[in-house]
Amino acid sequence: MTTITTNSSRSTGTRATRVLGVVAIVLMTWVVVSGLFVTPADAVQLDSVRIMYVHVPSAWIAYLAFITTGIASGISVVRRHRSLGFDRVAGASAEVGVLFMAITLVTGSLWGRLTWGTFWQWDPRLTTTAFLFVTYVGYLAIRRLDATPQQRARRSSILALLAVLEIPLVHFSVVLWRSLHQEASVLNTDGDVRLDGLMLFTLFSGVLAFSAAFAWFVIHRQRVAALDDLRLTSGLDAALVERRAEAVTQ
Amino acid sequence: MKDVGFIALSYGLTVGSMLVFAILTVRRARTLSRSIPDRDKPWL
Repeated sequence: MTTITTNSSRSTGTRATRVLGVVAIVLMTWVVVSGLFVTPADAVQLDSVRIMYVHVPSAWIAYLAFITTGIASGISVVRRHRSLGFDRVAGASAEVGVLFMAITLVTGSLWGRLTWGTFWQWDPRLTTTAFLFVTYVGYLAIRRLDATPQQRARRSSILALLAVLEIPLVHFSVVLWRSLHQEASVLNTDGDVRLDGLMLFTLFSGVLAFSAAFAWFVIHRQRVAALDDLRLTSGLDAALVERRAEAVTQ
Repeated sequence: MKDVGFIALSYGLTVGSMLVFAILTVRRARTLSRSIPDRDKPWL
């Protein structure tokens, strides 16, 4: 009998994150199978509606990611002398949000080509979404500027608190302005859900799958950020000790 | 299925990009974990 031993200290995973990862994979597999083969085609959009099962959940979870970044940044500002943990959660969540927003833009563009006949239009929803994406790419760029972790937390928190204000603008852009993009079918103001039962079930399975993936990504990315900060500060400490030793010998 | 290319590309890019992101995250975690002692990893 072969015994497999694992050294957990070689990764940022725990038993809980491994379970979460498996849940995300199972849910995502179901969404792909159901979205492509089980759900019916739409009466108007035909098979192109299948893109909805990845496009809509990625957009919603990107919003959730950016809101998480805003909340974590707010807490980081209030508790700035205590811990950098919330700042790392903010950064990790923004990274995942940018990934999901990129998926939203690409899948939306492919869906637009099938339904509108064009990959891109300078429509209010598309333009505000692209602006939101660029804002968070800028946020991530600011986080990568040369600075101590404390300086990084201060700078990026301010931008995150401003950037989160764009989300209501993106979501309500289809109501506020004349838009090519359809109005919300589920998260609408009149509470009337205009979707077939199986289609709605697959859509919410997608939301659960993307939520599980989001949680898994954020947990691991913030642990990676913690390791990065530790490496940076221990490197700085070592350099200071070396410099002091040089000064004593001279 | 109509427009299968666009639909398959949407699903492929979605799942593929998430997989790549996960693999890069795990690789980075493993590289950094080697240089940091276990006592500095509160999740262990």
